[in-house]
Amino acid sequence: MVSLRWDETEATEIVRRHDGREGPLLPILHDLQAAFGHVPEPAIAFLAQALNITRAEVHGVVSFYHDFRRQPAGRHVLKLCRAEACQSMDSEIFARRVLDRFNLDWGGTTPDGRVTIEPVYCLGLCASAPSAMLDGEPMARLNAASIDEIAREVSR
Amino acid sequence: MTMRLFVPRDAAARAVGADKVAALLGDEARRQGIEIEIVRTGSRGLFWLEPMVEVETPHGRIAFGPVTPHDVPGLLTGIAVGANHPLCLGRPEEIPFLKRQTRLTFARCGIVDPLSLADWRAHGGGRGLERARSLGAAKTLEEVTKSGLRGRGGAGFPTGIKWKTVADAPADRKYIVCNADEGDSGTFADRMLLEGDPFALIEGMAIAGLAVGATKGYVYIRSEYPDAVRTLERAVRLAEADGLLGAGAGFDMEIRVGAGAYVCGEETAMLESIEGRRGQVRAKPPLPAHKGLFGRPTVINNLISLATVPWILAEGAEAYAAFGMGRSRGTMPIQLAGNVRHGGLFEAAFGVTLGELVDEIGGGTRSGRPVRAVQVGGPLGAYFPRALFDTAFDYEAFAARDGLIGHGGVVVFDDAVDMARQARFAMEFCALESCGKCTPCRIGSTRGVETIDRIIRGEQTTANLELVEDLCQTMKFGSLCALGGFTPYPVMSAIRHFPEDFVRPPVSAAAE
Repeated sequence: MVSLRWDETEATEIVRRHDGREGPLLPILHDLQAAFGHVPEPAIAFLAQALNITRAEVHGVVSFYHDFRRQPAGRHVLKLCRAEACQSMDSEIFARRVLDRFNLDWGGTTPDGRVTIEPVYCLGLCASAPSAMLDGEPMARLNAASIDEIAREVSR
Repeated sequence: MTMRLFVPRDAAARAVGADKVAALLGDEARRQGIEIEIVRTGSRGLFWLEPMVEVETPHGRIAFGPVTPHDVPGLLTGIAVGANHPLCLGRPEEIPFLKRQTRLTFARCGIVDPLSLADWRAHGGGRGLERARSLGAAKTLEEVTKSGLRGRGGAGFPTGIKWKTVADAPADRKYIVCNADEGDSGTFADRMLLEGDPFALIEGMAIAGLAVGATKGYVYIRSEYPDAVRTLERAVRLAEADGLLGAGAGFDMEIRVGAGAYVCGEETAMLESIEGRRGQVRAKPPLPAHKGLFGRPTVINNLISLATVPWILAEGAEAYAAFGMGRSRGTMPIQLAGNVRHGGLFEAAFGVTLGELVDEIGGGTRSGRPVRAVQVGGPLGAYFPRALFDTAFDYEAFAARDGLIGHGGVVVFDDAVDMARQARFAMEFCALESCGKCTPCRIGSTRGVETIDRIIRGEQTTANLELVEDLCQTMKFGSLCALGGFTPYPVMSAIRHFPEDFVRPPVSAAAE
């Protein structure tokens, strides 16, 4: 269950799970994000203390990787592929239609917090372009009908 | 008698409804009173036919596809009475796309249950590791060297030489790192293998560990592949319970999930990432083979290289080297993608031409329009025009034409493509993914986007094209790694082979 509020007890438990692991920062950040829906600000100082590294180092890692969020996303996350194989099947036109449907720009979240739409550069579904991922589930050979299907899924 | 059906669980099959088809097959069978067993396999890699359902018969499997949920009731009745169904494709091995292939690395993919060790063993799994154990480290290394296997990530460095360097490096601990950060658009071979035959990778890594004296392996998988991560995690646990991995086997494996940084596919950035830092490229030397992960000698191989090693050990180096051309020995899993009619995985001996791949095997474009450009080797690979379709799939042949085969991705574009836009995207992608360590890549890519934008607006075309070319020279020779160093390939090939797309009327004169 995702709780968006920072909880140091839970964070301590997550760090403990990676005891003895060499180079544990990325696995810990993935787990923190899974628990809190993002990497909350207090996590930076907390991890620096727990792993005996500087806050700058933790901040540097969190900000380097596209996956780590500083703010929670919407209840649903739609990732639309913008890489070359999808481009060859008019993914940019498809993406524009999807963004317009939700009145969003890349990276935006609807005001009701229903959905966040993000770009992704390749999902490995390149022979079935254009492709997308909705809440971690793959979608491919997308067409106009897929937009309605996406709208139905995110309104749940 | 129970009817045995096979439905892929590969993400590309799930993306077009394979789960729904499998569920409906179960429901429909219960309704019709037919006893069935559904085995979820990997994909055969014929993606235009997915979801492709196969049924076991006394004469081998028979395939049907592409199956939509709507087709399920009729399909089941049809199979039960042996009627000729409109979706029937016959024996999958006889489908021309599959029949023309030489499947060594992908021999089991799409056939076995990826999480069944019994299935894996029944189809030859484990024989490579067994032979490696009986040969010992030195002879195993010799086999890999003699096979002529070269790095399938793109650089094409001889795998045996890399292993020998690590084997000869004295250290208290050594590591095997599998690069499964398959970020190139147009590629999906790593993903398919992880989802369709993960034990092949586990076996390959165990053999590598034995050959060089490493006791721990890391697999770095990109976060964009959640299905692959789940499948490999389960496979590793099964292998541990089986004794294939763990203390008794003398080799452990750990999976690391990336976090959306393309540059982590570069080997030294990957090491940084596993160690828990920003994925910034390290200057070489020292080579990772001498001083790699946690400062220890490390073999970093592409997933396909490692997953090919079991076949080489099981069948012998000569058998593998008998395939291929020139210095490119063995087979390459080529991935046909983008605007192509028959897209999928085509494993073949090196030497097949680009034209055969795109026109004959791929069947031209999905849109039905003429093929205009083909990008080979991912976002850092060159764009090829039809005039160069006689280029053979071979490391040296592509290099001779200012291109690269990379990880084997082939992305097809029809005549609607705007090559100036594609060149701009190459620079934009480099800017987006640059790790920031070296100036040619970090700054050069942004200046490249700006300059190509001026060309697209029709501003001082000749002078700006010269500037782009000059910038590409700087990036090519001044960047620390292939991200900045190879971005010039798509940019310059687009300019060289499609010059007409770069000569544009000034925007003010155009009726916008």
